[in-house]
Amino acid sequence: MNFLHLLARNRLALAGLIVMLLIVLLALITPLLPLADPDVTNTAERFKRPFEDNAMLGTDHLGRDLLSRLLWGGRLSLAVGFASALIAAVIGATIGIVAGFYGGRTDNVIMRGVDMLMAFPYILLALAIVAALGPGLINALIAVAAVNIPFFARNIRGVTVSIAHREFVDAARLSGMSDARIILTEVLPNVIPVIVIAMSTTVGWMILETAGLSFLGLGSQPPQADLGSMLGEARSALITNPHTSIVPGAMILVIVMAINLLGDGVRDALDPRLRSGALSRPMPNTLVRRKDPVPETKTDALLELNGLKTQFHSNGRIHKAVGGVGLCVEAGECVGIIGESGSGKSVTALSVMGLVASPPGVITAGAVHFAGQELLGAPYETLRRLRGDRVAYIFQDPQATLHPLYTVGRQLVEAIRAHHPTSRANAHERAVELLRSVRIPNAEMRIDSYPHEMSGGMRQRVGIAMALANDPDLIIADEPTTALDVTVQAQILSLLSDLQRERGLAIIFITHDFGVVAQLCNRVAVMYAGRIVEEGPTDAILNSPAHPYTARLMACVPELGRGRRELAAIPGLPPVLDMLPQGCAFADRCHRVQDACRTGNISLSAIDDERAVRCIFPETPAMDKAQ
Amino acid sequence: MTNALKVSELSKTFAVGKRLFGPPQAHVRAVQPVTLTVRKGETLGIVGESGCGKSTLARMLVGLLEPSGGQIEIEGEPLDTANPATFGRKIQYVFQDPISSLNPRKTIRQIMEAPLRHLHGMSKERRARRISEIFSAVNLREDFLDRYPHEFSGGQAQRIGIGRALAADARILILDEPVSALDVSVQAQVLNLLSDLKAKFDLTYLFISHDLAVVEAVSDRVAVLYFGSVVEIGPAEQVFSKPRHPYTKLLADSAPVVGRPLTAPEGRETELPDPLNPPGGCAFCARCPRALNECATERPALARDGSNRMIACLNPY
Repeated sequence: MNFLHLLARNRLALAGLIVMLLIVLLALITPLLPLADPDVTNTAERFKRPFEDNAMLGTDHLGRDLLSRLLWGGRLSLAVGFASALIAAVIGATIGIVAGFYGGRTDNVIMRGVDMLMAFPYILLALAIVAALGPGLINALIAVAAVNIPFFARNIRGVTVSIAHREFVDAARLSGMSDARIILTEVLPNVIPVIVIAMSTTVGWMILETAGLSFLGLGSQPPQADLGSMLGEARSALITNPHTSIVPGAMILVIVMAINLLGDGVRDALDPRLRSGALSRPMPNTLVRRKDPVPETKTDALLELNGLKTQFHSNGRIHKAVGGVGLCVEAGECVGIIGESGSGKSVTALSVMGLVASPPGVITAGAVHFAGQELLGAPYETLRRLRGDRVAYIFQDPQATLHPLYTVGRQLVEAIRAHHPTSRANAHERAVELLRSVRIPNAEMRIDSYPHEMSGGMRQRVGIAMALANDPDLIIADEPTTALDVTVQAQILSLLSDLQRERGLAIIFITHDFGVVAQLCNRVAVMYAGRIVEEGPTDAILNSPAHPYTARLMACVPELGRGRRELAAIPGLPPVLDMLPQGCAFADRCHRVQDACRTGNISLSAIDDERAVRCIFPETPAMDKAQ
Repeated sequence: MTNALKVSELSKTFAVGKRLFGPPQAHVRAVQPVTLTVRKGETLGIVGESGCGKSTLARMLVGLLEPSGGQIEIEGEPLDTANPATFGRKIQYVFQDPISSLNPRKTIRQIMEAPLRHLHGMSKERRARRISEIFSAVNLREDFLDRYPHEFSGGQAQRIGIGRALAADARILILDEPVSALDVSVQAQVLNLLSDLKAKFDLTYLFISHDLAVVEAVSDRVAVLYFGSVVEIGPAEQVFSKPRHPYTKLLADSAPVVGRPLTAPEGRETELPDPLNPPGGCAFCARCPRALNECATERPALARDGSNRMIACLNPY
């Protein structure tokens, strides 16, 4: 149902589907139609024009009824095309799955064989096969199928390799399944969509190839008609009686076109990457659709977020990823944003520079002021000038953010020259200096390394160097050390801390780790379900958390050096972001919950001149002691 | 006390740069010969950083990877084959990524039935009974059984993964980073469940993680792995609070702790040794603040230090 719905959204694919259904229907009912015998010659009646006498499409050079030959021939071409696609898919997929699943030497031997097959020009190979087997429709079918096996084998092998190394295959082995059973029940169901996609995009091609062989006289033998042989026989009368070639030619065009349009639609609807919206290229900055008046800036902070709301609109659902976040960052200050997955911390950070992908992201309310300038709704050119120059990002996975095909030096030079036109030599010198400043040993040599030649820690240093390239005022670091080992994390954190002090950088540090926040940040904001639930100086919050969520989250984190013990847990799960409850989002998991918590809008209110909490029954140090 | 698992001189070497004909270009020792015993009912924590060989070791222990040398004994019986089905009844594995360890195209029931059917050959009614027993043990509702893996949160999916491991009825579970893909608030739910199950079903755990605090909180003993070998092993409450091997100390000092000022516990330029070109002496020598001259040439053996700890170091703290 879902698949058909997706397919129907693509108008061209839908048109292809309708045309194909009509053609298949015609092919199926051909024997029932009152048609003239397609193979009976009547030379007296040759080369009749369409609609002359009772021949609707005219007759060919032997006086045979063209409509009848077209329908019978089309039926045959379709059958041969589908049959060869099916044969090629079954054999190719089997080869691909076996090679991909077993890997190693099996894979090597099989795939080199397939490579050899692919090294021949396909039509030459098909001709050679037909030459060896002799002309005839069945032999043409075998030839076309054989020629297309490598395509399937290679495609399917690639997918199988990635599936065979997934953990669920290991889990199946541990469940006592044999290899054959794993291939059939674990691997195959995950490969079938790829087989269908590959088939839907090649059937048209195979019909064309069969027609090609028949055209050369190697496929269907006279008097039997298929589209290719009709075209071949009409060749000599191309100028004098063009309708004899136009009729089968147009039919081939319509069939192949319809199948290809349909095939592309099937591929787009089935391919998970394309389905998730990767086909629609994101806009250069996040869509802003604010209905309420834009809040004015109240402070002279470097960065000020005011009532920011970012949502994801997809399939009629609205995910309220960020539901009204306000945050101030002063120059030279390090502010931590702490929260669990889905709390909206990364989306908040990306919204600052309009980096949330649209579609599906939409900023629906609020304002972001950077050095007094409103950024939401600012023209792309303004944002582009700020991105990477005044405001830079460091992401979690430097492997994913560095381009694998360019040396790190080249990428650094590009980052510098994007904002400050300078000679390549100057930029190169600056890049070496940057690598030195992030303490990469042997920077002159390392600048020519590719990202894959570096360790995770070294790559993250390059990521930091790139963020520093234009001496930004603000760095937004989104879990920069989560993917790193503890010893490397300690190095990177102390590096960031030094850089912040030396250069007077402001940093927004996003993390889920209280230890990291405690060591690095002056202030911290705790996020839950898209909103800040508590905000204030780091020490104060860590010493006496006011929001029950902060308190309970901190209790969950095991601390090193306390030995074996029972750990505290928060019961339940965070709320779903497209169905947020009334009142406090944490109410269902909270041990202090009361009826008042489940109604209205609970605001973030100050508890002293530095701290604020979004809770009507906050924890107090006195009450903690009483408990 | 009886041993649940005994590993002697277990090692793994990978060939690098394989060719169609002829020998590979080089060999990498992912796991140096390791000798370990896990007592019945114990939780042995294994910590180490990426590339230290902890996952390779774990995969050998369940037969997913054939060891290059050494022996695995489970409850006194040696297991020589690398057939996961033989291992499956005695020792099971809980994967790091709960979602990707469940086949996206199978229902939870199909996933849960696999070990019951293939390892124990149970009939349909017995399978259904056993699954409902297991599901109540891991606190999952039975109406989850007909759903598909993508409908579950990480914490629920991990409980399904644990349930599958329990279904095999093995006495030993290898937990390979079972909570590192989970949020902190959910992490504790899973860890506490694991501890309940252990008491209830009399299980033995091998708990692998890079998170020192988690390992310390759940383990009886902790083994620290560096560059494929065990450098220190001892009671959980002592290993990180009074580390003796310089690497253990470095790990303990690197973990970010609330209330401790930020310091880089070692020089910022250091990197792990190159596996293709392993150092001759102690693998940690180049990073070690207490290295002696002989550390560069002599490889220290894991030796008992007079108490209940074992250290592989010539100049321990």
